[in-house]
Amino acid sequence: MRDARGDVRRPIGLRLWLSGGWLALLTVAALCAPWLAPKDPLMQDLFLGRMPPFWMEGAEPGYLLGTDSLGRDVLSRILYGARLALIVALVAGTLTCVIGATLGLMAGYYRGWTDRVISRFVDIWMAFPPVLFAILLIAVLGPGLVSIIIAIVIIDWTRFARVIRAEAMSQGAMDYVASAQVAGRTRFGTMLTEILPNVLPTIIALLTLEMGIAVIVEAILSFVNLSISTDSPTWGGMIAEGRTSVHQAWWVLVFPLITLFLTVLSFSQLGEGLKDRFDPVLR
Amino acid sequence: MIYELRDLHLSLPDMSRKPLLGAAPRIEILKGVSFDIPKGAVLGIVGGSGSGKSTLGRAMVRLLEPTSGHILFDGTDITHLSEDALRGMRRRFQMIFQDPMSSLNPRRRVGGIIAGPMRLHGMDGLRARVDEALDMVGLPRSFAKRYPHELSGGQRQRIGIARAIALRPDFILADEIVSGLDVSSQAQVLNLLQDLVADLGLTLAFISHDLSVIRRLCDRVLVLHHGQVVEQGPTADLFAAPQAAYTRELLDAIPLPDPDQVWR
Ligand SMILES: Nc1ncnc2c1ncn2[C@@H]1O[C@H](COP(=O)(O)OP(=O)(O)OP(=O)(O)O)[C@@H](O)[C@H]1O
Ligand SMILES: [Mg+2]
Repeated sequence: MRDARGDVRRPIGLRLWLSGGWLALLTVAALCAPWLAPKDPLMQDLFLGRMPPFWMEGAEPGYLLGTDSLGRDVLSRILYGARLALIVALVAGTLTCVIGATLGLMAGYYRGWTDRVISRFVDIWMAFPPVLFAILLIAVLGPGLVSIIIAIVIIDWTRFARVIRAEAMSQGAMDYVASAQVAGRTRFGTMLTEILPNVLPTIIALLTLEMGIAVIVEAILSFVNLSISTDSPTWGGMIAEGRTSVHQAWWVLVFPLITLFLTVLSFSQLGEGLKDRFDPVLR
Repeated sequence: MIYELRDLHLSLPDMSRKPLLGAAPRIEILKGVSFDIPKGAVLGIVGGSGSGKSTLGRAMVRLLEPTSGHILFDGTDITHLSEDALRGMRRRFQMIFQDPMSSLNPRRRVGGIIAGPMRLHGMDGLRARVDEALDMVGLPRSFAKRYPHELSGGQRQRIGIARAIALRPDFILADEIVSGLDVSSQAQVLNLLQDLVADLGLTLAFISHDLSVIRRLCDRVLVLHHGQVVEQGPTADLFAAPQAAYTRELLDAIPLPDPDQVWR
């Protein structure tokens, strides 16, 4: 009767360490950008244009990752750019998740007319081409942080709603839900205490994925100049500028690109890593 | 009487034959079921697959609402009571489910699974009660910290039993609770149930399609066929002289142990 199955401890996976580590680093960078950044990210110095990174010949001391064509420090701009990227990831990701998952959970668990209303709404919503929708929205609201966040939420909440609805539906058919009813738990209480913990792993996986998507969307929108005003540094904006001078100064393109890539990758891996570590149900 | 059922009918919408517009046709699953369960009785409910045993059981614990007829629980008519009205008395009739993997929330620890219903009914001293419930079903107290997937099938089913008896109910419905287990765990769980019924003075309804199990455990039997009661009576009488043709059919299907059989 006694065996060791209950005592197995799982190690924190490498995946979680690496992705979590990178995102923690980025958070520190974003929070402490004014102290960490060696230069003012907006300060132009035309005499110092297109200086290479520190290990190359002709590098200017103090400009670790080189400068762009206007002589602005690439490292400082990446650090400041992390602020916008993380704000968008956090706010847009969380809002999308809360709205989509709540509606999906209710539709999937309550079924009946609640489900019919929500599902019909999702269907109609998805009939609009999402990118057109976003560009239209930003055209109406004007470019800016708030518009980006609203655009992401508007496009992506349906993904959460659909996936979580299906998940809640299959969990709702399990006997532990019937058992909660026999025990006298309310419908709402059952949704929160029985169903939600079982769809939470999916919600977290979707959430971290969504944060990665939000970072990309923000970069794309700044790339096409629909994001924040052009002088506040964004990764997408830097990539757009770097692209034009890639033959003279590759570093202006490559460093923000690497940062963006690692960030998006980390977000997507974070979800998996958290699941490996914290989900009690080993699959 | 703990339960009095009178002319119970129950129909469900048949979603597979639902037309594009309009309501689905209803199929009648229970067609006028009547019987009583006296306090302290162990009633076996048998019948072939699809005869409506689970539906009847789920109606008795009001997971389903009957279409017509009456269910009286300890004198109270619960046939059409709303969930809010039922909540206060739900502690008194409990259920043990067939599939313990599905009936135990995989992301809660055993301790939480057993304590949850007790907390809902405002019982105190939960830790001690959880320990006591684990003792009663013969599992070590340390299991409270485990998750359901860390247990064997038989152990999981014991947790299902512990959760039900921890509430100190008057009545327990057990729906095919041993059919998913291997023979030796079946015997253990049945012994356990037999002891608990005797110790706690429980009234039990035991749904099974296995007559040999019913014969061992139950003092009364009810035979269900196509949603109707075809025969009921004391176990000994029913096995000795089955009245309905359907009961004889069921009895003939039991493989008798043949003493002359030799192992080859
Ligand atoms: N939700 C439902 N909707 C429509 N029909 C149902 C539903 N649940 C059960 N039925 C039908 O009702 C009949 C009785 O089902 P029930 O589960 O009560 O049988 P059972 O006696 O428990 O069978 P088994 O021994 O296989 O568990 C079956 O024909 C089944 O197809
Ligand atoms: Mg059944």
